[in-house]
Amino acid sequence: MTAVADQPVVEIGSPRLRKEDERLVTGRTRWTDNIQLPGMLHLAMVRSPFAHARVTSIDTEAATAAPGVVAVITGADIAATQGAIANAWPITADQVTPTHLPMVLEHVACVGEIVAAVVARSAAAARDAAELVDVDYEELTAVVDLKVAADDGVLAHPDLGTNRSALWRLDSAEQGSGGNVEEAIAAARAGGILIEREYRQQRLIPAFMEPRSTVVDPTGEQVTVWTSTQVPHILRFLIAATTGIPESKVRVIAPDVGGGFGGKLQTTPEEFVTLAAARRVRKPVKYTETRSESLVSGHHGRDQWQKLTLSATKDGTVTGLKVELLVNLGAYVALIGGGIPVLGAWMYNSIYKFPAYQFNCQTVLTNLPWVDAYRGAGRPEATFAIERIMDELAAEVGVDPLVVREKNWITHEEFPFTSVAGMTYDSGNYEAATARAKELFGYDELRAEQQQRRDAGDPVQLGIGVSTFTEMCGLAPSRVLGSLNYGAGGWENASIRMLATGKVEVITGTSPHGQGHETAWSQIVADRLGVPFEDVEVLHGDTQISPRGLDTYGSRSLVVGGEAVVRAADKVVEKAKVAAAHLLEANADDLEFTGGRFGVKGTDKGIGIADIATAAFTSHSWPEGVEPSIDAEATFDPVNFSFPHGTHLCAMEVDTETGATTMRKYACVDDIGQIINPLIVEGQVHGGLVQGIAQALWEEAVFDDNGTLVSGSFVDYTLPTTADTINFLTDNTTSLATSNTLGTKGVGEAGTIASTPAVVNAVVDAVRHLGINDIRMPLTPERVWRAIQDAEHGSQTPPTAQAQPHFEGDGAQGNQDSGSTGGGQA
Amino acid sequence: MIPASFDYVAPTTLDEALAALAEHGDDAKVLGGGQSLLPVLRMRLNAPELVVDLGRIEELRGIRDNGDAIVIGAMTTYADLLADASVGEHLSLLHKAVAEVADEQIRHRGTVGGAVVHADPAGDVGPAVLALDAQMVIVGPSGRRTVAAADFFTGLFETAVGEGEVLVEIRLPKHTGWGAHYEKFVRVSHQWSIVAVAATVKSDGGTFTEAKVALANMGSTPLRAKATEAALMGQPATDDAVRAAAASAADGTNPPSDLNGDADYRRHLATVLTRRAVLAAARS
Repeated sequence: MTAVADQPVVEIGSPRLRKEDERLVTGRTRWTDNIQLPGMLHLAMVRSPFAHARVTSIDTEAATAAPGVVAVITGADIAATQGAIANAWPITADQVTPTHLPMVLEHVACVGEIVAAVVARSAAAARDAAELVDVDYEELTAVVDLKVAADDGVLAHPDLGTNRSALWRLDSAEQGSGGNVEEAIAAARAGGILIEREYRQQRLIPAFMEPRSTVVDPTGEQVTVWTSTQVPHILRFLIAATTGIPESKVRVIAPDVGGGFGGKLQTTPEEFVTLAAARRVRKPVKYTETRSESLVSGHHGRDQWQKLTLSATKDGTVTGLKVELLVNLGAYVALIGGGIPVLGAWMYNSIYKFPAYQFNCQTVLTNLPWVDAYRGAGRPEATFAIERIMDELAAEVGVDPLVVREKNWITHEEFPFTSVAGMTYDSGNYEAATARAKELFGYDELRAEQQQRRDAGDPVQLGIGVSTFTEMCGLAPSRVLGSLNYGAGGWENASIRMLATGKVEVITGTSPHGQGHETAWSQIVADRLGVPFEDVEVLHGDTQISPRGLDTYGSRSLVVGGEAVVRAADKVVEKAKVAAAHLLEANADDLEFTGGRFGVKGTDKGIGIADIATAAFTSHSWPEGVEPSIDAEATFDPVNFSFPHGTHLCAMEVDTETGATTMRKYACVDDIGQIINPLIVEGQVHGGLVQGIAQALWEEAVFDDNGTLVSGSFVDYTLPTTADTINFLTDNTTSLATSNTLGTKGVGEAGTIASTPAVVNAVVDAVRHLGINDIRMPLTPERVWRAIQDAEHGSQTPPTAQAQPHFEGDGAQGNQDSGSTGGGQA
Repeated sequence: MIPASFDYVAPTTLDEALAALAEHGDDAKVLGGGQSLLPVLRMRLNAPELVVDLGRIEELRGIRDNGDAIVIGAMTTYADLLADASVGEHLSLLHKAVAEVADEQIRHRGTVGGAVVHADPAGDVGPAVLALDAQMVIVGPSGRRTVAAADFFTGLFETAVGEGEVLVEIRLPKHTGWGAHYEKFVRVSHQWSIVAVAATVKSDGGTFTEAKVALANMGSTPLRAKATEAALMGQPATDDAVRAAAASAADGTNPPSDLNGDADYRRHLATVLTRRAVLAAARS
């Protein structure tokens, strides 16, 4: 490895345009739904309209007789072969885990569950026939509310006897990483500051751009599954583990995938039903969900109640933090659904030096769609709560929110720092990021304007929100995962093939779905091997091409997968060096590798790595006893997580007459270590910010009392567009990570994790002088307005949750259609 | 999102369209720009036997100056309307309201007539044509008739357009020189209005001589804020006077309660937005 230490860096740090974008943005690529196979059939799902029900009968006769229908499949038909949807991370030994079948046999536990499927010669015929499947349901009482469910009054799964799935706890005194939190709280109650708050993490829908799609071809020696997933390797393993098909008989391909945000970190009922259907009819079968299906039957994110108790001395020095979470799992414990909130266990303490800490997480089953990873996964929730309550501490002490943070954060001289939760933060500089962010933001000027507006009683008030976040990503050291009873390791694999013509193939076990791995990995390899960027091809997402990998999530791809690439490249250089010494008739110790060429020190003799690859191909003059190949493979298991951090500052205007909020300014400075491609980083930060801001202001999955999704289309699930965002001011500070060779930290989730509390803190800051210290997310104008009204009048009127129809199409409207200019009256 | 199958005709004359509608009765649906009908079909909220596409009927498209009025063909797209100078000059309120419809793509597909016949109470075109005292021209088996905008919107997604009829054009009296403003309140930019207020006013020496105010999403149809209009007459265009007049903007309304706001919040919004719309119209 030392051989490459001095080579000039040209690609790393360069804002290369992404090489994959031409095919992605022009539509030249083939997404899963574009795949057409000879004789391929189409699948449509019959889904339960009820959140909790018993299927009493299914009449498939009419559907079976419908034009173009090949088969109608019920749960009973495929019971023996359908496999199961696995929970890969039981967080406690006694976790209550309902069996999750891809197609229900009798008990429906949430709306949208698949009760039957139609295989037909066209997608339209399948959809038409699906409406003819006659399912009788005995409707059962649904438990929808998280707190109600926690009381076990109504059971989501009556046979389990409880909704309480697992209680997971971390206590700093018990594990020896800190003091006793109850003592800290008692001391604060006696003579310090004690702040108790309860925050709500509303339920979100990942809303990836490409709806999920699966094609299964059972006609070859291997069953081939194309699917829009983040996790082809995990899917292959779980198909083998739950259906009995030998792993060697399964090939999973994730072609180009249009976004995931954690929403495709799942093995889905749809994938397993499509597999079962294809095997049953012995033909290729395709299933592509509609957007309406996607919103209700893809997994959701967040959905927690967070109770925090923070103790501090009167000057604002924190002494303890106790966290009690109530977590809505939905109807099942999804792939890693139980573990997502647990990822927050090490993050509530954040960048602050709490001497005592306790984290309690109670997971609860309800009759709602299941919840799993969504961008940030456990860390946004933690960051939101701690950054919100640090603002409350600042208000209590009567100082600027940044002052109370600075008083309590880890200083840059203190790294590496072992936190009260037991994590060792390897590097960081919170002071530097904060100073730069204040400068970008114009902090003091905005504070002055805020004061002016308050003094003038301006109907539009200004608030400033702070979020000095850190997070843990780069999942993950396998030993740590093992200690948490996680069902897999956290390593990543890469191999490099040196082709005879000097071109390079990089095979990665990560599975990009928008991140730009092909570009970034090419940059890394170009520098490492001294080959042109254009000569590097990055291959991924096919278990036949990249047999070993653990896929893409948790901001792991660069810091774990990229390090595997680095190590594979270094092995290539090591192997090539042996050949170079032979071909140059020199001593290997006299060689230096720079710019893709081995040179003999002190001479002009040398040979390029491409020529060595050609020499390996011919093997005419290869050294004896050495295998004629300079290809290499590496598997990297990290020893620590990655800890990006940053300071995000947000200014929000609040129209006190209407409750409307408008973003005025957003500045963030993220420390993500060495940047490989600043353009990709900028894109990740921007996208991440918008997703986090959207949680604060716009998005919420709303259900009625029966467990039906009310925000079931983009009319009511209000995703932002670019028209709703402003120009973000972004910059970086750099503290190199010590956990990988390149010094990189993850950036895929940072913006989402950091931005939500910055926005809410800003809005609360704008109206705090009115007596408001919290508003529930999303901060709809109505909620903000009511908070102001309540502060003035002390009354509380909860808004009702219904959707106003905009696409009503029934008889009440006659045929007054929509986008038309005429028609009759009913 | 695959619709149930349906037959499709795209006549090139209005007579052919009317004949198709007459033959199929309420089993037929009329396709304008498709910005609401297609989602309805794709979500299978409706499954007509026949879709009659008006897109190839040239006579339904375009804008003409009729002397006292501007006449807008029902199949005129929002984008074409926005590009027409006479609308900006004589119907500033309509121009401003249409500029707020949904997003750029929809404004290039959706039609003015389609919007008013769809009659979503949260739509942007309805309050503008209502405030501008438009005349809606409807053609059907029994001939041509004209309905005042005030009588056109009859209920939630319901209009005076009867079975077998087609809205062909909208005649809007010129409001040349009137101040106008469309105040739309949404959470995200492309959303339907939570509440919107269309206001157009005329003043003489700083005193209101004419005022027309209409509300979106404050009931099952677009509504005129009659009390506010009356209260503005003869009043100075000052903050205080307009605030006082706008306080009655929600009188007689019956707004919905939904995810974006309860009825009482909407009533409050109507007063605030009316004040802002009227003041902005007076100053435009």
